[in-house]
Amino acid sequence: MKKVIMGNHAVSYGVRASEAKVISAYPITPQTHVVELLSEMCANGEIDAKFIKVESEHSAMAAVIGASAAGSRAFTATSSQGLLLMHEMLHWAVGGRLPIVLANVNRAVGPPWSIWTDQNDSLSQRDVGWIQLYCESNQETQDTIPIAFRVAEATQLPVMLVLDAFFLSHTYEIVDLLEAERVREFLPPYEPTIRLDTADPHSFGNLADPGYYMELRYMIHQAHTEAIGVIEKSQEDFGDLFGRRYGLVEPYMCDDAETIIVTSGTVASTTRAVIDELRGEGTKIGSLKIRLVRPFPFEAVYEALSGAKRVIVIDRNISFGLHGIFFQEIKSALYGRLDIPVHGFIAGLGGRDITPKVVREIADKGLAGTDLERDINWIGVKT
Amino acid sequence: MRPAVLPTEELMGSGHLACQGCGATQAMRFALKALGPKTALVIPACCWSVIDGSFPHSCIDLPIYHTAFETAGVVASGVKAGLEMRGDTETTVMAWAGDGGTFDIGIQSLSGAAERNEDIIYVCYDNEAYMNTGIQRSSSTPIGAWTTTTPVTNFKKRPKKNMIEIMAAHAIPYIATCSTAWPHDIFEKFRKAREIKGTRYIQILAPCPTGWKLPPELSVEVARRAVTSRVYPILEITENGSKLSVWKDFEPSPVAEYLSMQGRFRHLEEGEMAGIADEVERNWERLLARERMLAAIPGLEG
Repeated sequence: MKKVIMGNHAVSYGVRASEAKVISAYPITPQTHVVELLSEMCANGEIDAKFIKVESEHSAMAAVIGASAAGSRAFTATSSQGLLLMHEMLHWAVGGRLPIVLANVNRAVGPPWSIWTDQNDSLSQRDVGWIQLYCESNQETQDTIPIAFRVAEATQLPVMLVLDAFFLSHTYEIVDLLEAERVREFLPPYEPTIRLDTADPHSFGNLADPGYYMELRYMIHQAHTEAIGVIEKSQEDFGDLFGRRYGLVEPYMCDDAETIIVTSGTVASTTRAVIDELRGEGTKIGSLKIRLVRPFPFEAVYEALSGAKRVIVIDRNISFGLHGIFFQEIKSALYGRLDIPVHGFIAGLGGRDITPKVVREIADKGLAGTDLERDINWIGVKT
Repeated sequence: MRPAVLPTEELMGSGHLACQGCGATQAMRFALKALGPKTALVIPACCWSVIDGSFPHSCIDLPIYHTAFETAGVVASGVKAGLEMRGDTETTVMAWAGDGGTFDIGIQSLSGAAERNEDIIYVCYDNEAYMNTGIQRSSSTPIGAWTTTTPVTNFKKRPKKNMIEIMAAHAIPYIATCSTAWPHDIFEKFRKAREIKGTRYIQILAPCPTGWKLPPELSVEVARRAVTSRVYPILEITENGSKLSVWKDFEPSPVAEYLSMQGRFRHLEEGEMAGIADEVERNWERLLARERMLAAIPGLEG
């Protein structure tokens, strides 16, 4: 069934179709619609789940940790300061190898207060050990929820899916809604191999001396390495069943491109429009959307960029004192294999609109290759 | 207190990592005898994170989830929900935290769980300081006490936080205090708590010989004197916070004797001890007045 819904509700419908059993959340703008609709669905029996209405995001993550440890499929959603408040428990979910799914509506971090989009909230959680998937449309957002649960349960790693504040969260688009009966074929009910069970008691998360800790960390890293294949296979299976296909990265007109613009989130669609314009002018240019950020799809990125002579990266984030975060990741993916210039651009922080004009400005600067700072160029900063 | 026959079955083994005379260990042992094998535990950062045993060992024959310091109340809420959604409505979920994880860093998630009236038993084993990190003061540390962060030159000047009144204000179905000197009482209260639905809060005075600077063999005796000196009243609060019953059937003992048993109060001068005794007396009278006042108000069934 197709319905015009906002990005936040796309998350809720994805959770309903995935038959999550325990949901916990704390309200925060611009995430609130996600859990408002879910609490309504829980109340009217549309979804057979318990909703724990907690007193903070730290507790929201802790509640789903408990539920997941007890063997139930668990979900939460947040944004910005809320995600940062969860930070400690994000580690706990990874260390506990709990297949929790979290939707984070990308919102800038204060101060100053900002409710608008940028990626510094989720990317500052990059090294915690969660799988991170960045979405571009409401359809992709909904579809990514069951994909996220399947990947999480197969790898025993938590998965965060990320969508832009307002550009997706509050924007209405047509979405082909998933139905639980059909999703079950793709995502069967969760049956953990080990859980809190009085018939088979185990102690989880207790003290590990230096003789064990490192091995447990190594296993998490191995799971991330193996997750790339799991994500690819899950997305393939999803495509076979539902006809909508998603990649680890998504190239657009990259085959003969001399220049490739790397983006993520909603900037990807804007960039495609600019690519069309530039192609019309005879410029051999393409774009690459990064969907999977952790584990970082090094091979897919290298493969997509290997024919290019120049790479332009648009970062809606900043690692203060260094570069844009995607810029660093792309350079590291190419290091020692492809010796081409990579130009980094910072744009759209705190929800400033990245219009086609802005992308065009970035493309033109990158194509000219002159007047550029070596690695970091701020776009649209009023001086 | 009425004698009860404690079951000989043990859910806690002898291979734990506690110090000698540890009250927290005795408390767990007696509580588990009452709760039985259909119990799951949530333990935040506290002495019990270590006492349970180092991976891959555990001294308790029950499922345990070890969690972050401030999350016992809410992780237990999540565990209960997760078990129920799997069709398991029988397992008792118990959060088991120290006083730091309850009175201080954990109070938010405990208050949240109590406000929602989650179907969990929350236990605070109260050893009156951060003992696992080396005896730092908590808001449960009594006035006059030495800890490593309240040195004798600047011992604790503020009274212990009244956690019982805070929990009573949440209108939860069952609140009780116990002392490790009365295992039968612990057993009976946990038996009672097991049969009640909703949030149950039990606070057990659990002496820490290391932190209280006390010979381990006096652990039980000091737990007894805390009660008989009326420093640590034994009580039950039922009917969603509207009935209070204080145990008074004991031979009172001097507060100064209780304080003098412990090195953590050694620096106190006679006048300071007398001041503490006066405050204990006022608190006791206030508690009894509260008991009488609540008794005069018609109960829920009335």
